Amino acid sequence: MNFILRRLGFYALAAWVSITLNFFLPRMMPGDPGDAVMARMQGRVQPETIDAMRKAYGLSDDPLWQQYFDYLGNLMRGEFGIAISAFPTPVTDIIRTSFFWTLLLGLTATIVAFLIGNLLGIIGAWRRGGLVDSVMPPLLIFVGSFPYFWLALLALFFMGFEWGWFPLRHAYSSNISPSWSLEFVGSVAYHLVLPAASLVVVAIGGWVLGMRNTMISTLSEDYVMMAEAKGLPQRRVMFNYAARNALLPNLTAFGMQLGFILGGALLTEVVFSYPGLGYQLLGAVRNLDYPLMQGIFLIITFSVLGANLVMDLLYVRLDPRVRGA
Amino acid sequence: MAIATETSNSQGTPAGAAPLIRIEDLKVQYLSPRGPVRAVDGVTFDIRPGEVMGLAGESGCGKSTVAQAILRILQPPAVITNGRVLFDGNDILDMSDDQLNEFRWRDVSMVFQSAMNSLNPVMTIGDQITDAIQAHQRMPGRKALERAEELLRIVGIEAARIDSYPHQLSGGMRQRAVIAIALALNPPLMIMDEPTTALDVVVQKEIMSTISRLKQELGFSILFITHDLSLLVEISDRIAIMYAGQIVELANARELFEQPLHPYTNGLMSSFPPLTGDRVKLSGIPGSPPDLVHPPAGCRFAARCPRRFEPCGSEPLFAEAKPGHRVACHLYPESRTPQAQEAIREH
Amino acid sequence: MSSTISTVESAGPTGDELVQQEHSRAGRIFRSGLLGLILANRKATIGASILLIFILVGAFAPAIAPYDPDEFVARPHQAPSLDHWFGTTGSGEDVFSQTVWGTRISLGTGLIVGVAVTVIGALVGMTAGYFRGRIDDVLSLVTNVFLIIPSLPLLVVLAAFLPAGFWTIVLVLTVTSWAYGARVLRSQTLSLREKDYVSSAVVSGESSFRIIFAEILPNMLSIVVAGMFGAVTYAIGAQAGLEFLGLGNPSSTSWGTNLYWAQNNAGLLTGAWWTFVPAGLCIAFVAFSMSMINYAIDEVTNPRLRSQRDTNTLLRTSNRKLGKSRATPVLRPTSGD
Repeated sequence: MNFILRRLGFYALAAWVSITLNFFLPRMMPGDPGDAVMARMQGRVQPETIDAMRKAYGLSDDPLWQQYFDYLGNLMRGEFGIAISAFPTPVTDIIRTSFFWTLLLGLTATIVAFLIGNLLGIIGAWRRGGLVDSVMPPLLIFVGSFPYFWLALLALFFMGFEWGWFPLRHAYSSNISPSWSLEFVGSVAYHLVLPAASLVVVAIGGWVLGMRNTMISTLSEDYVMMAEAKGLPQRRVMFNYAARNALLPNLTAFGMQLGFILGGALLTEVVFSYPGLGYQLLGAVRNLDYPLMQGIFLIITFSVLGANLVMDLLYVRLDPRVRGA
Repeated sequence: MAIATETSNSQGTPAGAAPLIRIEDLKVQYLSPRGPVRAVDGVTFDIRPGEVMGLAGESGCGKSTVAQAILRILQPPAVITNGRVLFDGNDILDMSDDQLNEFRWRDVSMVFQSAMNSLNPVMTIGDQITDAIQAHQRMPGRKALERAEELLRIVGIEAARIDSYPHQLSGGMRQRAVIAIALALNPPLMIMDEPTTALDVVVQKEIMSTISRLKQELGFSILFITHDLSLLVEISDRIAIMYAGQIVELANARELFEQPLHPYTNGLMSSFPPLTGDRVKLSGIPGSPPDLVHPPAGCRFAARCPRRFEPCGSEPLFAEAKPGHRVACHLYPESRTPQAQEAIREH
Repeated sequence: MSSTISTVESAGPTGDELVQQEHSRAGRIFRSGLLGLILANRKATIGASILLIFILVGAFAPAIAPYDPDEFVARPHQAPSLDHWFGTTGSGEDVFSQTVWGTRISLGTGLIVGVAVTVIGALVGMTAGYFRGRIDDVLSLVTNVFLIIPSLPLLVVLAAFLPAGFWTIVLVLTVTSWAYGARVLRSQTLSLREKDYVSSAVVSGESSFRIIFAEILPNMLSIVVAGMFGAVTYAIGAQAGLEFLGLGNPSSTSWGTNLYWAQNNAGLLTGAWWTFVPAGLCIAFVAFSMSMINYAIDEVTNPRLRSQRDTNTLLRTSNRKLGKSRATPVLRPTSGD
């Protein structure tokens, strides 16, 4: 439990740092981005609206510390402000749907890459000198070298545009309305294939190589040797003794990778016009919609922290040594 | 080393006592970029039913490699390049994977050096006992668990500890748990590779007496591997001394302690502290073992041997110098090849 | 009592001792220099050759590129031909010339960021690992916070607030990516700190500065170098990503801006694959070259990997097949050779 408490403290700190960063960044930048936005909006909306917006952003003449605490207070109440580009929609409304799509894409890609990559790494280390062990590493390094958004572009161009195997954009077909129908779910899955696959292809190599290396060290542990001496079936030695232990350090890496994909799927989302947080973030940046931008940044950060916390809990379940401590 | 098979192939075994396991001219090499390291280079001995065979030597002499080669659990770069390991008339070195898995643990089990490292840290003790049982016998989970509890009691652990993880046990308890696992299938032979090295002296004594008791009650044979000759005094029936990948002396335990023949055995004995009285400063044997990629042509101990003389440049035979007492040293005429005799005559 | 015989010095060939020998051998190879490694290891040779080609292309871009990268030279979106090897862009520029010129900024940014990230990471990591205690607590905390905050969104936000430009990208990339190296080097320093030669240097009153740079740093050079290649790779990719999003300086010529314009001029929808394929391939090749060098470093310095590789090579060269079995191979002279 101690372990979890310590981690919780750390996440709280990380969250506080990113909130503070979020607050001070626009205020420290040369010029006042807030004023720039207001200037841009001038004449397009009523002066009263502008006043309301200024207040919504916390752009007031109050002392900085007071603004800071107002900001913290707003966040505590779940108020992320109003989106400029979609005034007067609250930022949280825009984030809610996008969040779902990013989570779907990120989780799918990370889990698939994790499963396939680790399995290949386990097999590669087990069958020393085999095909998986000798040919795979350089090949995976090569594939992993491509920028993932470029692979996404390539996939979109050939499999979407040229050959028409997959849809070109969005998360589901526009002539189906969202529901739990088979047709809609199918459409979502169909739209998910290319974005997820382009992320998986690049991420897999790291898992294979990492798992292979940890497995090679684990395989020389006495407990693996003893398991073999016990005459256990190969499968049991491979998974319950070797892989089970080699996997533990990878769980932490899974949390980090999930964080990377939640944030990094941004480029993939842009390429496929996939309506997730990253796509929205870029839109916010282009529209100089600072409140939306900040809100999305915070949500991505919080979900990364959350993902890591889940991995910590899982780690505690899988490693009895941490559980006891 | 040349094998003097013609001298005696019974190693002084009393007629009629068929050996439980017989290791013949076993050679194991570790492949390395410098060339193969001859870690075990022609080892021959047998173990009889109910017997405790001690295998002693400095660390790195190849004794653990012998043990792991018997179960064929050594991983490359280690390869077995020669010999036979006969159990029940079958050569383990010829076995298929399936045959091997059947043979392992049912016929020969093993207690590893460090219990901390040989137990899977993420599995309970109970699971690590039952999976050994269930890999070899069809047994429902409940019965396997009962058997596991019984085994824990036999080695002196409360049955309630069955759900403990290794890190929750003390060092001594862990080693007992490992012994319980080794007993799981009641094998006729148990290999113990330095089973008490990692423990403090008091716990070491307790474990040794547990091993003696279990051996009395269950009657299995033991191949007891250690670098500490003093541990072998009480427990072993016969002792083999290994040096640089070869057995240099093999005799009944009592005889070996009272009248060691090989100068290396003598060296080990003199670096052996008195059991009572003050600890004297140990001189050990000066020098270090030879490079096993390019072992010296003659006797491997020659460079460190206080009694080195002319014939030592040629390899001594491992021969019976006294009934039931084999040694590989030119000090004893039985070990001398014609070439060695030539060398002695010349002087 | 159990230590009686182990007091005798021994140097036998157990598996672990083999690993030790391998390790010191690896150390020697590495100390003989990166050049030695590159020449000795095929993967490293391939990697270094590719990298060298790109560095040369970047350095001699004006001589290699047939056209000015911003010059209108032919009909837009022309497919590759003898006149225009990589075709033309949507604005009628020569893609080959743009790719050659792009090498400068992309590789340049990558190298500058890579070095900066390595220096900061090494300073923070080694300070934390060497001094331990309170200093370590604080530095580790900062490092971990930087590690966990998702870097790409932060990059985007930072780039959005700051004026677009070369140095903005360098700054932003450095700030968001130093932490990983710091963490790796901290743990390495922690373990080196326990080594005898470091303890004796501490006892003999040598200055911390000297110990860190003369005793500790040389012994983890391989990790520092590997980390730097990793950081360069990351920086080149991240820079391209930012520029692709239009958050760089679109009027400069780099692989990322090439991709940005390819996308903006509908290179994809008009089927002009040649506008975005070369830039992506270049990024991939540079990343691949450095990964190969790193893979080689890992093979040489990780004793277990090395011994596995050597074993496989030895078995191959002696025509001995391992098969699928994991039981100790039996290669009797009669059956094997």
